[in-house]
Amino acid sequence: MLLLLLGIIVLHVTLLVLLFVSTIVSQWLVSDEHTADLWQNCTSGTVFRCLTSSTNEWLQSVQAMMILSIIFSVLSLFLFFCQLFTLTKGGRFYITGIFQILAGLCVMSGAAIFTVRHMDWHQALENTSYGFAYILAWLAFPLALASGIIYIILRKRE
Amino acid sequence: MSQGAGDLLLLLAALLWAPGPSPTSSIHVYTQREVYGTVGSHVTLSCSFWSTEWISEDISITWHFQAEGSRDSTSIFHYAKGQPYIDDVGTFKERMEWVGNPHRKDGSIVIHNLDYTDNGTFTCDVKNPPDIVGKSSQVTLYVFEKVPTRYGVVLGSIIGGALLLVAVVVAIVYILRSCWLRRQATLQRRLSAMEKGKLQRSAKDASKRSRQAPVLYAMLDHSRSTKAASEKKAKGAPGESRKDKK
Repeated sequence: MLLLLLGIIVLHVTLLVLLFVSTIVSQWLVSDEHTADLWQNCTSGTVFRCLTSSTNEWLQSVQAMMILSIIFSVLSLFLFFCQLFTLTKGGRFYITGIFQILAGLCVMSGAAIFTVRHMDWHQALENTSYGFAYILAWLAFPLALASGIIYIILRKRE
Repeated sequence: MSQGAGDLLLLLAALLWAPGPSPTSSIHVYTQREVYGTVGSHVTLSCSFWSTEWISEDISITWHFQAEGSRDSTSIFHYAKGQPYIDDVGTFKERMEWVGNPHRKDGSIVIHNLDYTDNGTFTCDVKNPPDIVGKSSQVTLYVFEKVPTRYGVVLGSIIGGALLLVAVVVAIVYILRSCWLRRQATLQRRLSAMEKGKLQRSAKDASKRSRQAPVLYAMLDHSRSTKAASEKKAKGAPGESRKDKK
């Protein structure tokens, strides 16, 4: 029982770390000497210089979705600990699971909007590939869904 | 003693009222740095100033315009001796309006019907004799097709809207659940009261108020069926007999 609890908490914290890294680290689009990301564009080469990204509405919506997913995941962790101590025996962690699933949906929609619309604020150069932060965002989506479903199915014992 | 005091007073008076060199004061002119406008709409170029002297009738306010990419600066507005003189032959002909009030230290103008040729720098210059030394102030006008929204408006509205929505939904669910639980509690209390043997009294009442009779019988049946069901459940699966409630 304790092992199960520990496993669930480790999963949730891992998801949180993934979300934080994906949102903060600027490695969504990588090319030879130019990275265009959520928060800044950096050019390396002869001169290393970083400018803030454009004020495009789609970029702002991607940023909003990532921030929302972090907020929902943190709220879900907090509510999990609340419910752990206040739930009746045999009850299910509905609110925790719902917030976790919401976080997963937000990450997915943020990554999807970025995939579709990143041409709007960044002209396509050759050799642009997706960076690891982008991959982490897509990884966080199934993890969040799985975590949320586990919370909904789980019943409180002890 | 009194003579010394008198001398001191005289000296003080001489210092205060003697005409000496006037102190260096300058006039300060303030405008915005940048102004954004959309094509076809109007924009207010505000200019305020601060002068240490009284606002006299000799005050003069001038606006110059330097088009973007050009090096000449043309005069487009002049206010002198209480009379505004608006450009009526140049590019701002019939498009400019004087909305300032020198006595309120305001020298603003309004440009109507903006066009892309209005992109450039406007300079406001105020002279209030004898206060004439001072820097003029410049404001740059940018004319767009549509005004770009400031950064963060979309971001903040999405985050705020989503959080508000979630909070409202959680509040509604919580209120509905508490109502439902309360109704369940009252039903439970009513059932237990009837089982304790107040049946006869309520049956007597029921004969008077015949409409209540079928409801009571329905509740009795329900209580009998739930009792039977709970007995079955208690014999069958130990430990997990509660319903899925949080």
